[in-house]
Amino acid sequence: MAATTTQPARPPVLPPPSGRAGFGGTLRSEFTKIRSVRSTYWTLLVLLVVSIGIGAAISAGTAANWSHTSPSDRATFDATQASIAGLFFLGQLVIVVLGAMVLTAEYSTGMIRTSLTAMPRRGTVYAAKVVVFAVVALVVTFVAAFIAFFLGQSLLASTHESATLSQPNVLRAVIGTALYVTLCGLFALAAGAILRHTAAAITSVIGLLFVIPILAHLLPSSWYQDLERWLPDAAGRAISATVGGQDPHLFAPWNQFAVFAVYTVILLAVGAALFRKRDA
Amino acid sequence: MIEVRGLSKRYGDKIAVNNLSFSVEPGKVTGFLGPNGAGKTTTMRLILGLDYPDAGAVTIAGKQYAQLAYPMREVGALIDAKAVHGGRSAYNHLLCLAQTNNLPKRRVGEVLELVGLTEVARKRAKGFSLGMSQRLGIAGTLLGDPALLMFDEPVNGLDPEGILWIRNLMKALAAEGRTVFVSSHLMSEMEHTADHLIVIGRGQLLADCTMEEFIARSSGQTVRVSTPQAEQLAMAVAEAGGTVLPGGSDGALTISGLIPAQVGDIAFEHGVRLHELTVVRASLEAAFMELTADSVEYRAAEDGQGQSPVPGQPLDEQLPAPELAAQGQSAQGQYSHEGRI
Repeated sequence: MAATTTQPARPPVLPPPSGRAGFGGTLRSEFTKIRSVRSTYWTLLVLLVVSIGIGAAISAGTAANWSHTSPSDRATFDATQASIAGLFFLGQLVIVVLGAMVLTAEYSTGMIRTSLTAMPRRGTVYAAKVVVFAVVALVVTFVAAFIAFFLGQSLLASTHESATLSQPNVLRAVIGTALYVTLCGLFALAAGAILRHTAAAITSVIGLLFVIPILAHLLPSSWYQDLERWLPDAAGRAISATVGGQDPHLFAPWNQFAVFAVYTVILLAVGAALFRKRDA
Repeated sequence: MIEVRGLSKRYGDKIAVNNLSFSVEPGKVTGFLGPNGAGKTTTMRLILGLDYPDAGAVTIAGKQYAQLAYPMREVGALIDAKAVHGGRSAYNHLLCLAQTNNLPKRRVGEVLELVGLTEVARKRAKGFSLGMSQRLGIAGTLLGDPALLMFDEPVNGLDPEGILWIRNLMKALAAEGRTVFVSSHLMSEMEHTADHLIVIGRGQLLADCTMEEFIARSSGQTVRVSTPQAEQLAMAVAEAGGTVLPGGSDGALTISGLIPAQVGDIAFEHGVRLHELTVVRASLEAAFMELTADSVEYRAAEDGQGQSPVPGQPLDEQLPAPELAAQGQSAQGQYSHEGRI
């Protein structure tokens, strides 16, 4: 029988506790989680490759066809936007997958139960996940944006239309696109917290970011013009453009960006509330 | 110490736990028994704050689980060994858990050593067998060196070696003075480890008593002997005040009223050769069966009339013969198993 009510002294294996488990430890834990699964590396590698590769392909193609390009097309050609188009269009898709998986992978594997047993203060867990993902996404999107920009401009050098960071709007477009793509990831993270299912979260976010804008185009154009500035994808188009002046149907680039930022913050807040309130 | 007070939880229109109250005392092994679907896992999830109760409250050392300063240093809980991200190595899985409670990194290596997973520490968890996953889960519960451990059906699906390992581990943890709260749907799992029993059925408390009380309540143990001199032994046993129970088609005798040592002594004194001497406690399992008979969720069609045991009759006689035999076998198997340790 293991029956024992007498308690032999166990030698302490840990230093006496002080304070309480909080945000710092959970932040380290979430960083360990994101860096210790292969899917993170694959996803980020794909993001870098498509962002830089597509930007380079568009730039090289444009340069090769420059002699056949009409003067009107040359006038509206946005060298900055062309070089970072890969990040803007496809990088966005990739980051949505990574963002959604931050929470849905915990649910699909059952790890959430282990995670919340180790750290039952759910607000802390959620906040740590958001911060770790945001930092990783920012680093990778900034790296992708700047490499894509410089590579693209060097490929466009023969056109004499290549952009430099000191030109008006260019730095805003490069940084803004990286920030926009990061926001898309956070938007997906929140969707993952709400839907708790990978496929559902990714499908919904792609629906909101890509499909709704396409459907909106089918509306009578005056309706579309009124609606356009409130669509989530408008932020990306406004922030990545450097030529052609202000689109009359959109807010100024940073204001347009702020619209999407507000959507993201609202969605993250809903996700946080549900994450705390629901049974795990 | 865990205090459960008036706990209720329903999922949709299914009541999982219904006004449940009990406490788990420190320094003991408390068995949490009930048939499948009785609400054991739900209760454990409510204790850990994974689910929120519809009514009632749970405290651990006077606090809600989520309010504990360092939860892993006070409670080590394993509900589902497969609740792990399969793409993460055992080492990194434990590391990310340790970090949430500011536990030193060296603990990861120590608990891996303790459960015997050091060699596969860098292997991804998706390749682990159930037994290895169970070890990994238990390693996680030990990271914070907690005084209270909670395991949900820890031997379910394990091979005999794994079952033995878990049993010995629970005994060792209890011997160190830790509180162990362990659930099972098998009485036989509790027989050798639990000091206290909490039995539930359909989400309600059926019994909350010590193991001794539970044994006393049931109709006691019998001794099974097999011998080529059965008649001689039967007479000697009867002289000594024991009773030879009817049955035993294989020529073995089932004796009640004497402890195993007495039976052995009698055999020695009368020069009776024994080929086997086993304690059979079918009645303990039977007592559990009786207690939970009305609360079993799904039962086979043949006893669908839900006949409740006849009061006043010994439990053994109330059970259909094949079932009793099967239980005798299992209890027996266990003892000989123990004998090989």
